[in-house]
Amino acid sequence: MKSKLPSLPYLIWMAVFIVVPVGLVLYFAFTTQDGAFTIENISQVGQYTGVLLRSIWLAAVATVICLLIAYPLAFFLSRTRASVQRTFIMLVMLPMWMNFLLRTYAWMTLLENGGLINKFLGFFGLGPVQMINTSGAVVLGMVYNYLPFMILPLHSIMVKIENTTLEAAQDLGANWFQSFRRVVFPLSLPGVMTGVTMVFVPAISTFIISRMLGGGGNSLIGDIIELQFIGASYNPHMGSAISLVLMVIVLLCMSLFNQFDSSGKEGIYS
Amino acid sequence: MKNNIIEIKNLVVDYDDERVIDGMDLDIGDKEFVTLLGPSGCGKTTTLRVIGGFVEPTAGEVLFDGKDIKALPPHKRQVNTVFQRYALFAHLNVFENVAFGLRIQKLPEQEIASRVQEMLALVNLSGYEKRSIDQLSGGQQQRVAIARALVLRPRVLLLDEPLGALDLKLRKGMQVELKRIQKSLEITFVYVTHDQEEALTMSDTVVVMNDGVIQQIGSPEDIYNEPINAFVANFIGESNILPGIMRRDFLVEFGGAEFVCVDKGFDKDEQVDVVVRPEDVKIVPQISGQITGVVESIIFKGVHFEIGIDSMGYHWKVHSTQSEQVGAVVGMTLTPDDIHIMRKMEGEK
Repeated sequence: MKSKLPSLPYLIWMAVFIVVPVGLVLYFAFTTQDGAFTIENISQVGQYTGVLLRSIWLAAVATVICLLIAYPLAFFLSRTRASVQRTFIMLVMLPMWMNFLLRTYAWMTLLENGGLINKFLGFFGLGPVQMINTSGAVVLGMVYNYLPFMILPLHSIMVKIENTTLEAAQDLGANWFQSFRRVVFPLSLPGVMTGVTMVFVPAISTFIISRMLGGGGNSLIGDIIELQFIGASYNPHMGSAISLVLMVIVLLCMSLFNQFDSSGKEGIYS
Repeated sequence: MKNNIIEIKNLVVDYDDERVIDGMDLDIGDKEFVTLLGPSGCGKTTTLRVIGGFVEPTAGEVLFDGKDIKALPPHKRQVNTVFQRYALFAHLNVFENVAFGLRIQKLPEQEIASRVQEMLALVNLSGYEKRSIDQLSGGQQQRVAIARALVLRPRVLLLDEPLGALDLKLRKGMQVELKRIQKSLEITFVYVTHDQEEALTMSDTVVVMNDGVIQQIGSPEDIYNEPINAFVANFIGESNILPGIMRRDFLVEFGGAEFVCVDKGFDKDEQVDVVVRPEDVKIVPQISGQITGVVESIIFKGVHFEIGIDSMGYHWKVHSTQSEQVGAVVGMTLTPDDIHIMRKMEGEK
């Protein structure tokens, strides 16, 4: 009994800010405006299948691009001197000190038809290229905003891989590629897991990025949910139902991904 | 002429503008157990890493079987390394750690299994195949590291202070075991340690290093009994090192008396260093001693007492199975064989 006391504030925190909200989402998702039980809301989510799939697809693309950029960067960074690493990590985090909206607005002025990039291209008689309001711009916004969340966990796991471990692999006859595939990659998997989760989950539910960079034609599931709460079609019951479906989808994606992780840990061979 | 598997010629290694190895020449014979011995920072580990291919020499040659291997990357060399802190693969179990190199060679599954089993048996780890690395004790991890390197049947096994992290008893056991493994597999071991006892116990040849320079190469007996200079004498075992003067062949003066010795070929009245091992000094009654002194301290060491004796300002260290009284005046005698004469080290005043 005594030992539970220190954890009490956290338990209360979790109850108030996690359990209760999820309970409310559940309640709203399965009730009508009169408070009667219904599964109508859930079954209506089906009309948004297209948006859901696009959300999953764009978030997945952004996650993969983040991984491709961050992985080599984190690895080579982890092999440098501690002072270099500190400086670089600072630089990675620096943009995060700026407001999220501001950063995304900055991309708008860059990508617009009359924006900086198109003006620059104009000097050479090129363009204008349609960049804003494309799904590419949405992915770019996701990658730009969430890349640090991929770099940081990857870096922190890779600094734990000692140089002698890599030397041992080489010593046992592994060339560069083999050392990577059989030693570096399996050892870095927990970092990949964390990074993917930290990029994929916010990316799939974002609505700011898609609205500002994607225009009307590229709305994501996050935009649809937002509309249910503040838009003209105010319907928190529908909004909760979509949120619930999204949560289930995210959980499924993550558990699928973790499955792949634990099978990897057993060793490719045994 | 012994059959050399590795020949190091005039090796120089600089690290960040600092000279770590300064003109080293070393021949390592086939099937020999060679130990590089020296204090930390003497260049012994660097030498090992040059042989393993992890450090590029600034100058000089490394020949393997008579061929220069400077351009050969580590994964193409016929040597394997047991790393200082094992560097095992934490994501693989014991079996897969040992099988690692064999998998790289893409050997058939059956051969891999039998060779891994054979190696685990050699290091007394049969039955541990499925264990994960963090379930093993330090000693067991050490054995996995040895098996992992030996399973590839290297011509030369490099060992970088492999027993450094083990406790004394385990270390003694592993010393005997390593020697047994080396004998039974008939391969060359190049062993790095700063522990002189370890070096003397296991080696065929001991290479004493200091400040990137080889001080002496010889059998453990030679190194212990005939240290070439004061550094070696001091580093290998405990010793009394006194300034002395060669009066003539077979006669040396030090510590306030003249002693008959077995050394000759020095200039008349040449300044020398005299080394006397603590266990070679005999404590006798005052009147029968060649020199006399006052007992200053007595420390019980288990097998013997370590007795400090002040004689004419020099503090002698003497090992004796008999205890004495602090403050007692005693005599000491030495036989000619106990006295080792060394020329003064270069650059010494």
